[in-house]
Amino acid sequence: MEDNKSPIMDRIAEANKAATTGIDAKDIENWITIHIMGKAYEVPADLTILTAMEYAGYKFVRGVGCRQGFCGACATVFRKKGDYKLQTGMACQTRAEDGMYLVQIPFTPAEKAVYDVTKEPYEASVFIKYYPEVTRCVSCNTCTKACPQDLEVMDYVQAAIRGDFDGLSDISFDCIQCGLCAMRCPAEIVQYHVAQLGRRMFGRYGLGVPDHLRKRVKEITEGKFQNEMDKLVSCSTEELRKIYTERDKEPE
Amino acid sequence: MNSTNTKEIKSTSTSNVKFPYYPGCTLKTTAKNFENSAIATARALGVELLEIPRWNCCGTVFSLAQDDLIHHVASVRNFIRVQEMNDYGLVKNENRLVTLCSMCFNTLKSTNRRMKENTEDLQKINELMYREEDYKGNVEVLHFLELLKSLGYDKIRDKVTKPLKDLNIAPYYGCMILRPKEIAIDDPEDPTIQKHILEALGVSVIDTPYKKVCCGSYQTVKDKYIVAELAYDILTHARKKGAEAMTTVCPLCAFNLDQRQQAVKEKHPDFEEMPVFYITQLMTIAFGMDKEVYGFDQNYVDPRPLLKSKSLIED
Repeated sequence: MEDNKSPIMDRIAEANKAATTGIDAKDIENWITIHIMGKAYEVPADLTILTAMEYAGYKFVRGVGCRQGFCGACATVFRKKGDYKLQTGMACQTRAEDGMYLVQIPFTPAEKAVYDVTKEPYEASVFIKYYPEVTRCVSCNTCTKACPQDLEVMDYVQAAIRGDFDGLSDISFDCIQCGLCAMRCPAEIVQYHVAQLGRRMFGRYGLGVPDHLRKRVKEITEGKFQNEMDKLVSCSTEELRKIYTERDKEPE
Repeated sequence: MNSTNTKEIKSTSTSNVKFPYYPGCTLKTTAKNFENSAIATARALGVELLEIPRWNCCGTVFSLAQDDLIHHVASVRNFIRVQEMNDYGLVKNENRLVTLCSMCFNTLKSTNRRMKENTEDLQKINELMYREEDYKGNVEVLHFLELLKSLGYDKIRDKVTKPLKDLNIAPYYGCMILRPKEIAIDDPEDPTIQKHILEALGVSVIDTPYKKVCCGSYQTVKDKYIVAELAYDILTHARKKGAEAMTTVCPLCAFNLDQRQQAVKEKHPDFEEMPVFYITQLMTIAFGMDKEVYGFDQNYVDPRPLLKSKSLIED
């Protein structure tokens, strides 16, 4: 970890820096030292953990995604200098700080249950069936502290135990499935999978079919969009490409 | 989704005295009939059971290990919610937390006792829950039967519009509200609280020494036949003494005495089924309430034929 002047790392960092920061090292005034998997790196201050790691030469294949805090792919655990607390965050949303120790958690090992929501009873027993470990919850709230979305994770696990699908769906709605709750849980619950099962059940049984959906399905079956569809199907690849590139887009 | 009835019940009364109420997970699932009937009877008696916000599972079983503090965190977190209810004015200076489930009662009250007697334990738990306000140790855990007793048996008698005449009932207490004696709600050797309530309803009360014999508790998960044998003894003894049904206040006792009668019949083909009520279900009938709150569809042994034979319900 002492060797932060490896020529290879310097070359990688050199190759990356313009892409990651957009400016030359000589123009950067403030530098910090971060420890990535125990190895110290000098990186410009004010970068996110993700860009700081890229500056240091890491190229991500896993453990990165949307870079905007929505996809949950870049889970990170870290400790700050002088602080015993283990902290968590999304690497693309957390600023690298001087003296930080960190590592990426590109994947949370967890079995994902296979089920057919149309064949399950709409009651608490569905959670016990597929994720019986939910009942091991001791309400320590470690999951909530780990959540980078600031969700009340423990509360939705508790909602699952008592079959409150509505409450669970409401509390867990903004979950990005990063898995940090499950990595920290002393009861080894896989909270985000539990929540997904709960939301699927709520979607199937707790919510009626919305009016706008019913209306649109009716329009489709009545052939409202048939002409446009036929036109698309008969297009050549070039025509399709042109239509695609010129389509209406939401502003960036 | 599953508390619609409760909400309706709550919204109809505002002048009642409000108590923080801890439901517990079972009351929201397999013992929904206990919750609905208890909330309805409490309301009739001028008490509003106000569900504590963001409650969590009590922990189910009180951990007896001296160094096992983590299993008390869940209960203490609920006590903090009671403090918050007072802070936010949901209840007025009311630290008595009412429970229905005997298991929850036992776990909550035992934990509370340990926290009050051992400030070092309390401090450790408060420090672990640094995001919460500290638990100050002021909550009192109350079982619903204690609440009924404090309201007075006469008050219950006054509310009876349909006396439960000719109905022979043996009350069953189980362990969790009687043992250990430090947390007991009644004389652990000879509890009578249900007897007084049932008498106020007009019931002929059958006393049996099996009223405080363990039902087998969570052994029901491991081996249903252990429980079936215990249930057989408890139910047949009550039957021999002339009981037509039993009452309980515990969802686990209810499961073991009621649902497990199926396993009893496997082992004892001559066994005759016997309905097992939550005592609050009988109160709703005696108070002349709407049949919607009886909740008999969740009872395993259907008590309706018995009640119909006594002309206490219509259909």
